[in-house]
Amino acid sequence: MAMTVHCDIVSAERQLFSGLVEMVVAAGVEGDLGVMPGHAPLLTRLKPGPVRVKTQNGEEQVFYVSGGFLEVQPKLVTVLADTAERAQDMDEADAERAKQHAKDALEGKNAEMDYTRAAAALAEATARLRTIEQIKKMAKR
Amino acid sequence: MASGKEIKGKIASVQSTKKITRAMEMVAASKMRKAQERMEASKPYATRMRQVVAHLANADLEYRHIYLQERDVKNVGYIVVTSDRGLAGGLNVNLLKSVVKDAREWEEKGAKVQHCVVGSKGLAFFRSVGGKVEASVSGLGDAPYLSDLIGSIKVMLDAYENGEIDRLYIVYNEFVNTMTQKPKTIRLLPLEPGADEELKRHWDYIYEPAPKELLDELLVRFIESQVYQGVVENNACEQAARMVAMKAASDNAGEIINDLQLVYNKARQAAITQEISEIVGGAAAV
Repeated sequence: MAMTVHCDIVSAERQLFSGLVEMVVAAGVEGDLGVMPGHAPLLTRLKPGPVRVKTQNGEEQVFYVSGGFLEVQPKLVTVLADTAERAQDMDEADAERAKQHAKDALEGKNAEMDYTRAAAALAEATARLRTIEQIKKMAKR
Repeated sequence: MASGKEIKGKIASVQSTKKITRAMEMVAASKMRKAQERMEASKPYATRMRQVVAHLANADLEYRHIYLQERDVKNVGYIVVTSDRGLAGGLNVNLLKSVVKDAREWEEKGAKVQHCVVGSKGLAFFRSVGGKVEASVSGLGDAPYLSDLIGSIKVMLDAYENGEIDRLYIVYNEFVNTMTQKPKTIRLLPLEPGADEELKRHWDYIYEPAPKELLDELLVRFIESQVYQGVVENNACEQAARMVAMKAASDNAGEIINDLQLVYNKARQAAITQEISEIVGGAAAV
């Protein structure tokens, strides 16, 4: 049996996942990273994007986080997400609409929104789409 | 002895009071359920956050953040979480008593104490008793938002960074169960290392990005999450305490009504007896 490490994914609103995993893949600010059991202690900020966990029985689950922190201890991986949701709950059309809205705002079609906020919204919408794509890829496999 | 009419009026007034307390009890009961759910929902995040920060306080960090440095205690800050409304039994009083007691202990040691007050009950207390209030926020409602709290938290964090306070505590009511709420004091700053022996070796994290900006953000987030958890928990306590207090009030009102009813019946009977004896007496005279 493969080595496992305990992983918790919590957001400010609720606990999303808690259990033994073989691997965690998350989008850190300096690039995507994978964590396997026995990883050295690590602390990083997360970008909006998917967090993928491979659970004990080889099954994969994807969560979406809109930023947060990832802490790795040899026996424990903790994802402290700002807001997190199960990727299955997400709606592609919604994400696409949000992305379009953010793009419009960036191009100045909607003058009320300021630039930084629009850029953040765009990054988030893109990250959501990325998460959905990952889910789809997994489903095909 | 009061006349029948007077007692009747008193019974009616107690009855209407009872109606109000009964209604308040039921409102508090339904609000308590929601407040409890809210408390449970935000608990995992706060606990995990505390765990991560406890690891951090144990680590041999290359960058010693100011939040991790112990200093001589000359000034102490308290974040005092109270409710906005009264009629919740001894909830706020017990909490404020424990704050005053702690403050006195610090003052005996020669440290000054300042407060950041959440909730209008606490603010009213410090206004009448006196005490240094640096920041306050009230009117958070039943579903408090973190964004409403950030401003006053920042005041205390800035004070800590500028050396105006050397310790920061938070005091709120801990929800033990519906019947019991206990004032609880937790040290926020400087951070307390966790008790995990295994971690007391020399080690440090790999940081992405640089430790300074990462820790700055993480620790502020930690304090915010702890304060938010305190406020949410205090809210659940408030509703539970109010429910219990109002139940007791309704029961007492019921007892008073029974007693008054007895007095009323006696007075009525006495009046009838008197009337009869007067009639009989009058008839005998004729």
